[in-house]
Amino acid sequence: MLTARMVAQADGPGEWDWAFARDILPDLLRGLWVTVRATAVGIVIAMVLGLMLAVARRSRIKIISWPVAAFVEFVRGTPLLVQLFFLFYVLPTTFGIVPSAFVTGALGLGIHYACYTSESYRAGIESVDRGQWEAATAVNLNAVTTWTKVVLPQAIPTVIPALGNYLVAMLKDAPLLSTITVLELLAEAKRIQAVTFRPTEAFTMAGVLFLAVSVPSATLVRFLERRYRYERV
Amino acid sequence: MNESDVANIDDSASASTAATMVRMDKVTKVFGDFVCLDQLDLEVRSGEKVVVIGPSGSGKTTILRVLMTLERPDSGVIEVGGEPLYHERRGGELVKAREKHVRSVRRQVSMVFQHFNLFPHMTALRNVSIGPMNALGRTKDQADARSRELLGMVGLSEKLNHYPAQLSGGQKQRVAIARALAMEPKVMLFDEITSALDPELVGEVLNVVRELAHTTDMTMVIVTHEMGFAREIADRVVMFAGGRIIEQAPPADLFSAPQHERTKAFLNAVLQH
Repeated sequence: MLTARMVAQADGPGEWDWAFARDILPDLLRGLWVTVRATAVGIVIAMVLGLMLAVARRSRIKIISWPVAAFVEFVRGTPLLVQLFFLFYVLPTTFGIVPSAFVTGALGLGIHYACYTSESYRAGIESVDRGQWEAATAVNLNAVTTWTKVVLPQAIPTVIPALGNYLVAMLKDAPLLSTITVLELLAEAKRIQAVTFRPTEAFTMAGVLFLAVSVPSATLVRFLERRYRYERV
Repeated sequence: MNESDVANIDDSASASTAATMVRMDKVTKVFGDFVCLDQLDLEVRSGEKVVVIGPSGSGKTTILRVLMTLERPDSGVIEVGGEPLYHERRGGELVKAREKHVRSVRRQVSMVFQHFNLFPHMTALRNVSIGPMNALGRTKDQADARSRELLGMVGLSEKLNHYPAQLSGGQKQRVAIARALAMEPKVMLFDEITSALDPELVGEVLNVVRELAHTTDMTMVIVTHEMGFAREIADRVVMFAGGRIIEQAPPADLFSAPQHERTKAFLNAVLQH
């Protein structure tokens, strides 16, 4: 919690005050932790749901593939902010479901990005040579084994860079959750600014903290990409 | 042999179908404007080695592809081992088969491809084992034991744990042959299996197939441009062009005394070089 001490301690609002910065750090870190958790839950949803959407969209059964295609296009064609408001206000009032703001936010991020990752998965799946499907038929694999043992192990390594980009993009979209009352990093910075009238330290540090998470994430993704690459025949 | 078997053999019609492994009845496959298979009739007896020859782009490969269910014919009936492949008998009528039926009949067939189509993320051993584990209900140990035998048979005992990218073209194709054999098929389909190989590697692959042809009673349908090889292993050579069978005969007859002008022209062209 911010105290009157911090406010009193502060010099002019434009000057950088290290003591003040140190004092607000715990609050910002708490916000960052919320941001990271929301992103982590979001990317897991995006990876799993995205894969399911991609596979479902390839279904020969039109009752499955068409609604999925429509859903993906709808989500990709509308802003995340609108989707968050929809989930936050419409789910409780119309459907009587009242998840916490955090759950709503993470779900919103996850679903939104699932529709993007599904397109990446789709490209990855299409990059698998037709001969692989044919060989799977020639050794009479069932559909599940064909997907899990033949197609996806070849498709997913090609999708990892795209998933990594979405991970970083999602982290940077997380501040939108502040609009539905999730106290993530930006919301904490705004709160500090509102109470102390000192924007410089709070917003600068928020930016630096975002960077401190996004740069290692990008590095991790590059590492995974190298690790799971194999030579194509 | 019991009495009903004897009765069956007396009935000449069913006796001949008993010996028929593959039967294609007026099978048609059209791609856009191109009639690839034109009311094709083809019977292959159990254990018979049939080599299909003919000009490039004439659709020889499509014969194999419809047998492997990689392409669905537009019309006609195909039977494998006496069972319709794309149809089911229901209430005395042939109706379009469900996927489960297709899969159970397809179990009798396996195929070796021109471009190997090995699974690049699996070792040679896994490539061969995966089919029996998934489709024949073998345990991993059973499947691996058999796969080692088969890879040994094609001369690759040393390469069990190599990935396809670490193998030469000829070695890849031999793994692919072992993979197909692991399915214990009654019918093996070979689709121009040496066309993608460097010339010096063709021999090692053909030797494996030659050995198989001479030592097993597996039914084989082989599409190839290797005329010497065809002459050597075929029981019957089928000249295919324009979606139809132009003529068919034992290799000695077909190669030395082709009846049809189109066959003569084709053989002249391919045997010249």
